[in-house]
Amino acid sequence: MHSIDELKERAEKASGKKALIGPDINLDEFEKAPVPHKYLADEDLCALPEEEEQELIMAGMDITQKERGGTYFQKDTTVVHCGTKQEGVEVIPIRRALEEHEWIRDYYWKLVKVDTDKYTAAAELDLHDGYVIRALPGSKSVYPVQACLYLEKEGLQQTVHNIIIAEEDSELHIITGCATSPHLKKGAHVGISEFFVKKNAKLSFTMIHNWAEDMVVRPRSVARVEAGGLFLNNYICMKPVKSLQMYPVTHLAGEDAVARFYSIIVGSPGSEYDIGGRIFLKKPGTRAEIVTRTISNGGDIIARGHLIGEVAGIKAHLECKGLILNGGIMRAIPELEGYVDGVEMSHEAAVGKIAQEEISYLMSRGLDEDDRGFLNVDIPGLPEQLKAEIDRAIEASDKDMM
Amino acid sequence: MLHIEDLQVELGEKVILKHIDLDIKIGETHALFGPNGSGKTSLLMTIMGYPQYKVVRGKIFFKDVDITELPINERAQLGIGMSYQRPPTIDGLKTRQIVQICGKDKVDVEALAGRVNFLDFMERDVNAGFSGGEIKRSELLQLMAQDADLMLFDEPESGVDIENIALVGETIAGLLQRNGEQYEQKIKTKMQRKIERTKMGLIITHTGYILDYVAADKGQVLFDGMLSCVSNPVEILKCIGKTGYEECVRCIV
Repeated sequence: MHSIDELKERAEKASGKKALIGPDINLDEFEKAPVPHKYLADEDLCALPEEEEQELIMAGMDITQKERGGTYFQKDTTVVHCGTKQEGVEVIPIRRALEEHEWIRDYYWKLVKVDTDKYTAAAELDLHDGYVIRALPGSKSVYPVQACLYLEKEGLQQTVHNIIIAEEDSELHIITGCATSPHLKKGAHVGISEFFVKKNAKLSFTMIHNWAEDMVVRPRSVARVEAGGLFLNNYICMKPVKSLQMYPVTHLAGEDAVARFYSIIVGSPGSEYDIGGRIFLKKPGTRAEIVTRTISNGGDIIARGHLIGEVAGIKAHLECKGLILNGGIMRAIPELEGYVDGVEMSHEAAVGKIAQEEISYLMSRGLDEDDRGFLNVDIPGLPEQLKAEIDRAIEASDKDMM
Repeated sequence: MLHIEDLQVELGEKVILKHIDLDIKIGETHALFGPNGSGKTSLLMTIMGYPQYKVVRGKIFFKDVDITELPINERAQLGIGMSYQRPPTIDGLKTRQIVQICGKDKVDVEALAGRVNFLDFMERDVNAGFSGGEIKRSELLQLMAQDADLMLFDEPESGVDIENIALVGETIAGLLQRNGEQYEQKIKTKMQRKIERTKMGLIITHTGYILDYVAADKGQVLFDGMLSCVSNPVEILKCIGKTGYEECVRCIV
């Protein structure tokens, strides 16, 4: 119990601590009291109001759950659905896990430091819930597990903590969507995620953000990948948000571990995005790649990337391509750090306005001027089914934008 | 068919095409000659619909539709395609994807790429670091997928090495339904072939090498923004070689 008290103590001390980067948010402006919602059975999920369903679809949810290995659905502060349809995969609300499973303490706050800033502190002090998704050793999931964090109550600060564990030799795919009710304007989302990719495990984690214009969002996540493990971390955000700042970190802690971050960000007018990715390459044979594609459709985007090569025999590449369409600001801040001979690290960043010449060229191949489909990033290493799902989500939100 | 009447075009403030009349009938291919800066590329870009080429007089009709004011993509959808001399690089778009766009997801991309020896380039960004010859093959591959009815070729042989010139020439001949002519000659009359042919072409060429593979029906010289004559392309080429463009324009007129 000592460590639990200690966490609380450290969180309290950090509760006023500003983050290193990003605009400071006054969390006191937001409500934190629990918002009860009715639990939804499988059939209730399929009978959601049309407009709510639309928001969920755009966040990657399949409410029929037909092609999903499991579902976690949290509305505001309350878990409204949680279950798994696949052997070898566990999906548990984190509050229940903390009450019932001693093993969760081996993971809880083990990668993200509780006193990093006021947001991590808030996640300890005002925790609503969150998901624990765990693939048992050797289990191979066919369908992705879906998780959705939905905000409906105006002015709420939704505070979640997620833990994802891919045990040795397992294969796990997760699509996680964050969405808001079409009526919601103002809200905050604080989300902690800790990823454990064990020996030779493969984890793909695809996060789709569908926020509202006056939302502030502060995710904090850290991953640890063991020898031979693969962590694919994909991020898609094509909707407005007031301020979004995150800088997910991955530690490649075992030989031949691989991490790839792929992000697609479309910046809407009046929105501020500060999105980074940091990967530590700590063992020989580790490889990392961060690829970001951004379009500042009038928004303000900062794309950071940081690769740290600590030993020889590693390979890492950082790439950011930003287009400025319809105004907006695009900043690419790439950083490479090599500590020894024999690291192979590169970066490539380009910021520009898509030239009229390029648009005309594509139009002469029959493409419409507004068609942004060509900016899709092909994310390698994903199962076909998941790929199609992501394309669909991109398409859906793209259509909505127009 | 393509029908252009009394076309006058400005680029910036400058008049670059004057009183252009041009007819390309169904199944016909024309060769377009002219010195650098005479307005050949401008004519192609105007037909394709590039907005910076401002039509200040005259009309362009294609398939009996007045396309003078149509945006580029609508002209493309109507069946006009272009092989560019210096196309832009498109970051973030793979060659495979642009071929799919051209073919509206209905073509066998691999098979087409195989035909122009381009399978190794499909995962690369469009035109990124392509050599002269690779650009041409990429352009032709896109046209093949697009299956346009009127194809505009801007110097298709420029920058292509000797080894690839035959591939480029034969591919264009194929696109314009002019391949295997020698063989077909034995079984079909010239008239029959002409009737069956539907594709139209307008080819800018400096050297005329391309005419070894594509027997254009007609040739024209563009000089100082004016389209000056219609004649046998081989004759024109000979004339240009002998007396130069200016003299050639005069002698034919």
